[in-house]
Amino acid sequence: MLAWTIYLSFAGALVLAILPKAKPALVRWLALSVAVAGLAVAIAGFISGMGQGLTVFVDLPWIPSMGIHFLLAADGISRVLVLLTGLAAVAGVLFSWNIELRANEFFAFFLALIGGVYGVFLSFDLLLLFVFYEIAIVPKYFLIAIWGSTRREYAAMKLAIYSFAGSAMVLIGLLAAYATAGSHSTSLIQLGHAGFPASFQMWCFPLVFTGFAILAGMWPFHTWAPTGHVAAPTGASMLLAGVVMKLGAYGCLRVGIALFPRGLDPWGVSFLGIGSWRDVFAVLAVIGIVYGALVALAQSDFKFVIGYSSVSHMGFVLLGLMTLNQIGMTGAVMQMFSHGIIAGLLFAIVGRIVYDRTHTRQLAELETMHLSRRLPFAAWAFVIAGMASMGLPGFSGFVAELQVLVGAWKVNPWWVAAAGVGIVVGVAYTWRALQKAFFGDLLPSAHVLEQEHGHELAAITWPEVTGVVMLAGVSLFVGLYPRILLDTIEPAVKALLAGGVQ
Amino acid sequence: MNYADLFRVTLPETALEIAALVVLIVDLGFLRKAALNLRVTVAALLGVAGCGAALWTVGLQNGSGFFVDGREVLVVGPVAVIAQVGILVLTALTLLLLIDENFTHHVGEFVAVVLMAAAGGLLIVAAQDLLVIFIGLELLSLGLYILTAFAKRSGKSAEAAMKYYLFGGMSAAFLLFGFSYLYGLSGSTNLAAIEQGIPQQGMPLLYVAWVLIVAGLGFKVAAVPFHLWAPDTYEGAPAPAAAFIASVSKVASFALLLNICYGLFQPGKTWSGPPQLLNEIFRTEFAIWQPLLIILIVVAAASMIVGNLAALAQVSVRRLLAYSAIAHAGYILLGVAVRRPYTGQVDTIHFVLDSFRPAFRSTNAVLFYVLTYGLTTIGAFGVVSVVERATGSDRIDSFVGLNKRNPVLAAVLLVLFLSLAGIPPLVGFYAKFNLFAAVLGVSAGPVPFALVALAVAFSVVSLYYYLQVLKRAYVMPTVDESPIKAHPVTMAVLVAIAAAVVVLGCFPALLQNWIESFYS
Repeated sequence: MLAWTIYLSFAGALVLAILPKAKPALVRWLALSVAVAGLAVAIAGFISGMGQGLTVFVDLPWIPSMGIHFLLAADGISRVLVLLTGLAAVAGVLFSWNIELRANEFFAFFLALIGGVYGVFLSFDLLLLFVFYEIAIVPKYFLIAIWGSTRREYAAMKLAIYSFAGSAMVLIGLLAAYATAGSHSTSLIQLGHAGFPASFQMWCFPLVFTGFAILAGMWPFHTWAPTGHVAAPTGASMLLAGVVMKLGAYGCLRVGIALFPRGLDPWGVSFLGIGSWRDVFAVLAVIGIVYGALVALAQSDFKFVIGYSSVSHMGFVLLGLMTLNQIGMTGAVMQMFSHGIIAGLLFAIVGRIVYDRTHTRQLAELETMHLSRRLPFAAWAFVIAGMASMGLPGFSGFVAELQVLVGAWKVNPWWVAAAGVGIVVGVAYTWRALQKAFFGDLLPSAHVLEQEHGHELAAITWPEVTGVVMLAGVSLFVGLYPRILLDTIEPAVKALLAGGVQ
Repeated sequence: MNYADLFRVTLPETALEIAALVVLIVDLGFLRKAALNLRVTVAALLGVAGCGAALWTVGLQNGSGFFVDGREVLVVGPVAVIAQVGILVLTALTLLLLIDENFTHHVGEFVAVVLMAAAGGLLIVAAQDLLVIFIGLELLSLGLYILTAFAKRSGKSAEAAMKYYLFGGMSAAFLLFGFSYLYGLSGSTNLAAIEQGIPQQGMPLLYVAWVLIVAGLGFKVAAVPFHLWAPDTYEGAPAPAAAFIASVSKVASFALLLNICYGLFQPGKTWSGPPQLLNEIFRTEFAIWQPLLIILIVVAAASMIVGNLAALAQVSVRRLLAYSAIAHAGYILLGVAVRRPYTGQVDTIHFVLDSFRPAFRSTNAVLFYVLTYGLTTIGAFGVVSVVERATGSDRIDSFVGLNKRNPVLAAVLLVLFLSLAGIPPLVGFYAKFNLFAAVLGVSAGPVPFALVALAVAFSVVSLYYYLQVLKRAYVMPTVDESPIKAHPVTMAVLVAIAAAVVVLGCFPALLQNWIESFYS
């Protein structure tokens, strides 16, 4: 059933691409209905899949001579991420409601991107996964380059080249694995049983992992992320931070760790406490957490704050993956979901609710605008989103980061100590942005009040309210009742650890 | 020698030559006073009909070739038949794209020369004898020089033809010189006989021969360092001629290269001698072909690097396509050159089985690649020529706002260029994947692996320049929003090519199974 998410999205993209240009309202409603239909399928699949392990729904021979199958399947991890994609798609359409320029093309690219993302999360054939992974890249380029803002052509090209460099590394790993396995199949399940030699895994793992981690925003390959997020139109940056970065993390988990577990073994020599690829990537993840947070603290552009916070939060995902234990990896998947929701919400507030009304993202200028009076909805939405982003208890981020840290503590307490610094700085930059953007100290003078009275900011529209309520509600609900996701994630992680990682 | 066989085997060539004569007679005899539009349409359609007839006669072949003194001169094997079908289909597409062109008044001659050159292509993909190869190659090349010079009113066309001709003449001389060494070493001009006749001690001369031959054939496929003609020719030649050079001539030249490189082990041939001879043959085979393969690998790597890097700096889309063609030639040469190393002592039968199958795989992959590449590049030249006629230039900036000026054309360009860049689910991706997988399947040693890694890395570089064109078509704002119009037939052909690129990318098994059906 979940396969319909893919078909619906691509069919929607095709229909929108050939729809007449002059009817943006029709286009919007159509895009929204496709996204909602995808979400409905994702929810139905999530509910019906509860308590079930890996289920295969489509298995057709695709390229028989090479043993490649059109193999769609889902386990708990996939179902959670498909659910996230559904939510992000609906929210993205809602926050793109004011797109007037070439609206049909915008939503066509948008839905094509969504279809590719669904496809990656549901593919259990490595080549098919790779195909969907690349399908997701091209629409991103056009979404940013055509509808973006700050230095959009530069940012779009940078993102495309980084993504393709990453996927080239993955492709080399894929070809090598296919040739080495000799089983004439690229099914993840069969490759998992191929028994690659340890020496092969030792070089293939870092190659594939780095390839995917580029898209997950791993330091020092993260630089595409802030520029890309900032330049992208709101709906696209919600998708970028919300689901596209998860593609990378998912690939690290599903392909990197699950297929080449021996690649994480110790080298036998250690230098400065680093004795395996696992240590290398964990240290990079921790650096990402702290570095992202520190850089976010120094930004003068509101959107860059959120962009760098994404790098920091994705560091938790990668750190969780490198713990290789049940709780840490569960936390990593939780963090993927949680960050997808929260980052989407933050970008929506900054990019759509604030920027489209004030036409500036400079914190120094926003400070003088008294937004807490003029846009109280935005201010309170950002308070909630900021609390979620800081990882306060009661929100999804808390559960996720706590699990990652507990898992990391079991492996190396120093990682946790460093990541803890990142959390503290995280509170600081969120607070700073919140205060500067919405709760500036300067009290408005009577003159200014009068002037502002003449230039009322446009009223908050229903799509914005719906989107904010939906995303904040999900984060809160998952934070209060994490079992809803954990019950699905935990068995899948357990199976993956048992099958893939020793 | 059996003339009935000769007649049957050369039926496709005959069909093309007759069609060429019919085109000339109709155009010069009956349509002298007619409007140019009508003449172009009639000539192109007659040419397409000739290709169709030739295609039909390819289907008539019963599988045995043409022998002289027990030596096969023209083969009817899988590579030959697949390449011939490809050549004919691509020629027909080129002719259909001619309908909208107006660069010459001598349409009859143009179509006739295209058909004759295609006949040369048909000949070389089947030839097993050095002399026949050379004659076919000259027939093809001379046709191409003429086609390049056909836009008489354009100085660029004349310049391009002159450069092409001078380089071509020199490379033909190299090739012939190389062939003469092979003949001197082995005493025969037949590929199979050469392989058996070359003495082991003739090695240094053999190296010289291979270098000269690679220089000749490297020119045909536009591989570095024999590529210098390509950018000028692609830029100056009339668009249909450039499309023909980029597709049909590529298909024919790579099929020829496969024939030469695979010699005895050409798929479809079977070993009928005593098995104990096989090991001996493998040893000589290894000694003879290894130097050639090493040279080809060097050329392939150089082509990938130079082609992709030089394309980054181009502002003319035609030159960009030329450098991209050089890069693609590099990828394809990998498939031709990489073979299972011969380790010395092996279980004979096992080794035969083992080395045959992967060899089929890489020939298949090379054919798949070159056919789909030819198809894509014809479409790309079709789009370039439409834009060129509307804007007067093939500069990258004349593509600005194409999306507004002709959305369908822009969509075709998007599909074709992304396919050239190797983005799934378009056929260019699958062709690359298939080729690289075949290379690694044949030999998974460090050298092939490094070459494949290099190729994949450079296809990332290639994305940048393809996106530069697409960026102008889709992203950059335009001042000139006047629609670009194209002939309905041209649009139909271009849309059909784009559709084929998408369909074959989503269902590569369609073409793959067809190619493999020749080996069963």
